[in-house]
Amino acid sequence: MRIALFVTCLADTLFPEAAKATVRLLERLGHEVVFPEDQTCCGQMHVNTGYPDDALRLVRRHVRVFAPYDVVVAPSGSCVGSVRHQHAMVARRAGEERLAGRAEEVARRTFELSELLVDVLGVTDVGAYFPHRVTYHPTCHSLRMIRVGDKPLRLLREVRGLDLVELPQAEQCCGFGGTFAVKNADTSTAMLADKMRNVLTTRADVCTAGDSSCLMHIGGGLSRLRAGVRTVHLAEILASTEHSEAAGERERLGGRP
Amino acid sequence: MTRTFLGMPVTAPRGVGHLRGDESFPAAARRALGDAQLRRNLRHATTTIRVRSGAVIGEVPDWQELRAAGSAIKADTMARLPELLEQLEAAVTAAGGTVHWAADAVEANRIVTDLVRAAGADRVMKVKSMATQEIGLNEALEAAGIEPVETDLAELIVQLGQDKPSHILVPAIHRNRAEIREIFLREMPGVDPGLTDEPAALAAAARRHLRRTFLSTKVAVSGANFAVAETGTLAVVESEGNGRMCLTLPQTLITVMGIEKVIPTWDDLAVFLQLLPRASTGERMNPYTSMWTGVTPGDGPQQVHLVLLDNGRSAVLADPVGRQALHCIRCSACLNVCPVYERTGGHAYGSVYPGPIGAVLSPQLTGVADNASLPYASSLCGACYDACPVKINIPELLVHLRGKAPHPRSEAIAMAAAAYTLDHPRLYAAAQRAARLSRLAGPRGGGLPPPLSGWTASRDIPAAPPQTFRQWWAER
Repeated sequence: MRIALFVTCLADTLFPEAAKATVRLLERLGHEVVFPEDQTCCGQMHVNTGYPDDALRLVRRHVRVFAPYDVVVAPSGSCVGSVRHQHAMVARRAGEERLAGRAEEVARRTFELSELLVDVLGVTDVGAYFPHRVTYHPTCHSLRMIRVGDKPLRLLREVRGLDLVELPQAEQCCGFGGTFAVKNADTSTAMLADKMRNVLTTRADVCTAGDSSCLMHIGGGLSRLRAGVRTVHLAEILASTEHSEAAGERERLGGRP
Repeated sequence: MTRTFLGMPVTAPRGVGHLRGDESFPAAARRALGDAQLRRNLRHATTTIRVRSGAVIGEVPDWQELRAAGSAIKADTMARLPELLEQLEAAVTAAGGTVHWAADAVEANRIVTDLVRAAGADRVMKVKSMATQEIGLNEALEAAGIEPVETDLAELIVQLGQDKPSHILVPAIHRNRAEIREIFLREMPGVDPGLTDEPAALAAAARRHLRRTFLSTKVAVSGANFAVAETGTLAVVESEGNGRMCLTLPQTLITVMGIEKVIPTWDDLAVFLQLLPRASTGERMNPYTSMWTGVTPGDGPQQVHLVLLDNGRSAVLADPVGRQALHCIRCSACLNVCPVYERTGGHAYGSVYPGPIGAVLSPQLTGVADNASLPYASSLCGACYDACPVKINIPELLVHLRGKAPHPRSEAIAMAAAAYTLDHPRLYAAAQRAARLSRLAGPRGGGLPPPLSGWTASRDIPAAPPQTFRQWWAER
C-alpha cells in the first residue's frame, strides 16, 4: 500500500525518531511510504489556543497537501484528532463550505498509527523485539477523541521480549494540554506529578504512548527528577528488532569512556 | 411578558451574584494547589463519587440511548424555549400559582424580597439551589433584614462557616468531617460541646438545629431541577428530606428557576429522573423526588410562586454553538471526573458554577471578557464530555469560547507570525534550524523566558535532535 506520512510538526522538529520509526516499520511490513514535503502543521495549537482564524490557512494547506493520497498516517492521536474533529469546523466557521467538505474527505483517509496497523493493514504482530519493562499511557486524544481503544496494547502484547505492565489510573490526563502547560503551569504540574507517581510505581524502564507531545511532557518531568525512566514513542518500540536492539546496545557500550 | 423587541439579549449584570471571581483562574488555582488538606479532601471525595457513579451507570444497558434522548429533549427545548415558557406560565397559573419574570439577578432578588415581606416574614428556609446562589439571594435578603437559613446539610456547613460553595452537588466537598465538627461547635447555637466527628453525630446535630426552623418558618425558597410545561409541575430531587420539609410545611413557597430548566412533557421527565441520580450521586434513584403543581387547597403551601430567571441565559441561547451549555442538568459528573477540578477545587473558578461546565457556562452568562481565563482552565482531556449524561460537548465549547476570549497582544502577534511561518515551508525549515541553534545556548534543564518559563519551572525541554525528520528524509 502507498501511505503518505503526516509527520506532525512536533515529531519533525523535536522527535524525528518517532517519525523515522514509523517509516521503517511500514516499509518493513512491505508498504511504500511517501512524504509530501509541503506539509507543516495541522494548526491544532492555533485552534486550541483560540486562534481559529489564523489556523484557517494551515487547514487549507493541510487539505491541499494530503488530498491526493488514499491513506495518510500520523504518529499522533492528537494531530489526527485535530484533522478529524477541527479542520472542517474551522473551515465552516469561516464560511468555506467547500474546504470543509474536502477536509472531511482527507479526515476519512487519515489514521493514527495503531489504527492504520490494526484496522487498515490488519496486523497486530509487526515482528518487533523490545526486551524492556514497558508501561503504556493512553493519551487523552487517542483515548477519547479518536478512540483507538486497546489497539496500542494489542500491538505491544505481540512484541517479543516486552514486559508490559499496567499503568494505574492510566486514563487520567498527564496535564500537557498544549498551551495549557504554560498558561496553567501550576495545575499542569500537579497533574504531571500524579502521572509520574503512577509511572514510577510500575517500576517500568520505559513509558510509551502514541503522542510525542504527552511523552515530551511526562519525559520532561521524569528527566527533571532524574527518575531513570525513559519515554519512547509507540512507533519506536514497534520498529525495534533484534538487529536494531543489538546495534543500539553496541552503540551505547561503545560510547562509554 | 412584553413582545417588544428590546435589542440583543444582555449578559448577567456586574456587582450582584456570584458568577465572577476576584482573580484569574491560574492565580486562584496556584493558591489552592498549595493546600494539602484541600487536595486530599478533593481526591478522596471525587474518587468515591466516580467509583459509585460508574458502578450504577454500568447496570443500565441503554445508558447511551438515555444520554442521546436527554440530549435530544434539551436541544428541542432550546429550539422553542419561548413557547414552552409561556405554556409553563399558563399551566402554573391555571393551577393556582403565580409566575414572575426576572430579567436578571437584581430583578429576581427584588421579586423574592418583596414576596417575603408581603408574607410578613423575617426569616426564610431554603432548599439547596444553584440559581439562588448564582444571584446572591442570601445577601439580598440579609440586606433587607430577612434571615435566610440553608437547610441542605452541605449548604448549612458552607453558610455557618461563612464560606463559599465549591461543588454543584456537594458544596462543602472541600471540608472533611473534622473541619465540619469545628464549624458546628463554633457556629451552631446550643450544640452539644461533646460533639464528635462521626458522620451520624454531625447529621444528628444538624437535624436538631434545623427541626426548629422547619416548624417555625412560614416562607421557603427553592430552586427547581425541572419544570414540566404541559402540566405546570415543578420538581426538586434531593437526598436528605430537608428539601421535602421546606416544600411542604410553610405557607408560602417561592421557587427561583433558570428558564432553561423547563422540559416539554411528563414523559421527558422520566428520562432525566433516570439520568440525573446515576450521573450525580451515583444512586439508582433519588431518595426524595418532590413534585408540585400550583396550589392544592388545604394541603401544603397555599401561596406558590415561580420566578423565571434569565440573567444572561438568553444571550447564551443566541449562540448556536454555545447554547448547549444550557442543556446542563447540574449533575456535576463533569466536576467529579475532571483532573483540573480534582486538584484545584471549585473556588478557583470564581463562580458558583465550577469545573468543566462552569468553565463554559460562567463566561457565557457574564460575557467572555468578564471570565476570560475560564475557557483555558482545561487540558481538553475530554473526560467531561464522556461523563455528561446529556452529552454536552464541553471540549468543543471550551475551544469555541477561547476563540471569543480577548487575547494578550503579544500572544496574538506571535500566533499570527507562527501561522504565517507554518504556511511557508521554507520559512518553517529555517525556523526549525534556528530553534536548534538556540538550543546550544542553554543547558538541558535551563530556563526559558516567560511565558515559556511555565514549562521549564518543572520540566526539562527535550535535547534537540541532530537533524529534523525532513532533513533525514532528504538525505535518505
